[in-house]
Amino acid sequence: MSTRTVAVGSASGLHARPAKIFVEAAAKAPVKVTIQVAGKKPVPAKSMLSVLALGAKQGTEVTLAADGDGAEQALNDLAALLARDLDADDA
Amino acid sequence: MPESLSGIGVSAGVAAGPLLRIAAAPALPAPVPVTDAGAEVERAYAALAEVVADLERRADRASEATVAEVLRAEAMMAGDEELREAVRENVEEGSDAPHAIDAAFGTFREMFAEAGGYLAERVADLDDLRDRAVAVLLGLPMPGVPQPGHPFVLAARDLAPADTADLDPAQVLALVTEVGGPTSHTAILARALGLPAVVACRGVLGIPEGSLVQVDGASGQVEVGTEFSVRRAENRVMTEISGPGRTSDGHAVKLLANVGSAKNVPAADQAHAEGIGLFRTELLFLDRTSEPSRDEQITAYREVFRAMAGRRVVIRTLDAGADKPLPFLHQEGEPNPALGVRGLRVARQRPQVLTTQLAAIAAAAGDTGADVWVMAPMVSTLAEATEFAAAVHEAGLPRAGVMIEVPAAALRAADLLRVVDFLSIGTNDLSQYTFAADRMCGDLAELLDYWQPALLQLVGICGEAGRAAGKPIGVCGEAAADAALAPVLAGLGVSSLSMSPRALSGVRASLARYSYAECRRLAELAVAAPDAATARKVVS
Repeated sequence: MSTRTVAVGSASGLHARPAKIFVEAAAKAPVKVTIQVAGKKPVPAKSMLSVLALGAKQGTEVTLAADGDGAEQALNDLAALLARDLDADDA
Repeated sequence: MPESLSGIGVSAGVAAGPLLRIAAAPALPAPVPVTDAGAEVERAYAALAEVVADLERRADRASEATVAEVLRAEAMMAGDEELREAVRENVEEGSDAPHAIDAAFGTFREMFAEAGGYLAERVADLDDLRDRAVAVLLGLPMPGVPQPGHPFVLAARDLAPADTADLDPAQVLALVTEVGGPTSHTAILARALGLPAVVACRGVLGIPEGSLVQVDGASGQVEVGTEFSVRRAENRVMTEISGPGRTSDGHAVKLLANVGSAKNVPAADQAHAEGIGLFRTELLFLDRTSEPSRDEQITAYREVFRAMAGRRVVIRTLDAGADKPLPFLHQEGEPNPALGVRGLRVARQRPQVLTTQLAAIAAAAGDTGADVWVMAPMVSTLAEATEFAAAVHEAGLPRAGVMIEVPAAALRAADLLRVVDFLSIGTNDLSQYTFAADRMCGDLAELLDYWQPALLQLVGICGEAGRAAGKPIGVCGEAAADAALAPVLAGLGVSSLSMSPRALSGVRASLARYSYAECRRLAELAVAAPDAATARKVVS
């Protein structure tokens, strides 16, 4: 199991638009990725409701985990996405 | 004899058509035992899939990118795999489809509510999705604005800003609501769209769905009967007096239009508006869960500025709070939102929302050739006006003004004019605060009447201050659209009137009937009148 821990970069946290962008990217990953906030149980990264329910704010550390072929690349990409301020990006 | 109901007419015009309601949320039926769990899971999944498909269709149709984005995010929630998994588990434990869906949403609902803050506010979205799925299962219409594919009269208890995102003016013939007042969201929306509207119409929700009704937005009458044929309100062509607004002896009163986006500009042009007196920016922020980016704002503002090259555009900074809550501001627990953190006051908590907006306005104004003026809503003190003017000038914008919506600001108009370049009176809120009467309260309509002498007196204080300082005083509330009141406002010292484009020709014609001296005389009589009805009478 590979993991990456990263602080959420989006100004509004992992809400609304940033959550949507992240969940869409996770759904496209070739492996099943989970996301976890310390002290809570890991949830599927491609579940919009579960990701929203994490209640992660800007600066909250989240841990991504995945197994299998392409896991390393997928985790790198998703971690990089989380670290960015997706609120500031333009559609 | 047809049945007749009456309410308060808030947007003139007569239209008729079948009445459809904003469907209420369905009640959960009594639980039934499940014999074929597999089939029941499929039934539940099909209902969720229909909700997703419906939201995506609405997103495709949405003319505003922000509305589409919100709808697509909701579709993602309704199609969530974890949710489907929870539904399946619930069915396997013996629940029927509606109860399995209710319980599955309930789990997330609890998690959202527990997380508090922003997420707690999204609980309503989950409830809405659940209601939609349950409605599909029960064969009922989905809650929200109906989309029957033919023109109809829309009835509702009241229209929420969220409902209006879905409202197609090509399909809606008229609006009727059971609550609301002359300055409610429904009334403002109806006038902006040029739809006849009646508010505070008790009993409208009792009219059977699909009945033919005729709505008279001037008299407030709503009649039910089979003899009405579907027809749209005609845009009455007034005897055309064109050119800039002026009294019979040439005293200028600028006639401007209220707009919410570039989409409203053609109507303003058609009505020969001399410019934009109120460009509301909150539409761009409405229903957003995150603040629109600086570039997104620049694009929206530039569209309007470009269309108005060579003319004045008064743009108002974000007016949020109270009846216009914005999710991204995370405003919770206001004891009384109308008296709380709203309008410019939001900048106390979130100064960067204002600075970003001013920077976007300055960037958008750039090379468009429009004469861009900026004003802030809900200013009450000289300190607020001073600070706002400084922020406007710092952003590189030359003209700063404030709205007069609070009696304190009207009383100190002369003071405010020492630090700002113009004032714009928002008569709707000024009525609300002067008479301590909620804008939404239909029972208090007579207190919200802008012919109330106390309100006119406050307008007069501003007008006098404007004359003394040689600075412009505008009115951009609903009062500006009342043709009979126009000469009174001019006489009180108001130098520009901004209204929905439909009202422009009537106001222009009314002003042209009086000399400036007559306007001043009418203003004196109206302010001296003992009540609103007498004020109206002495002028007509």
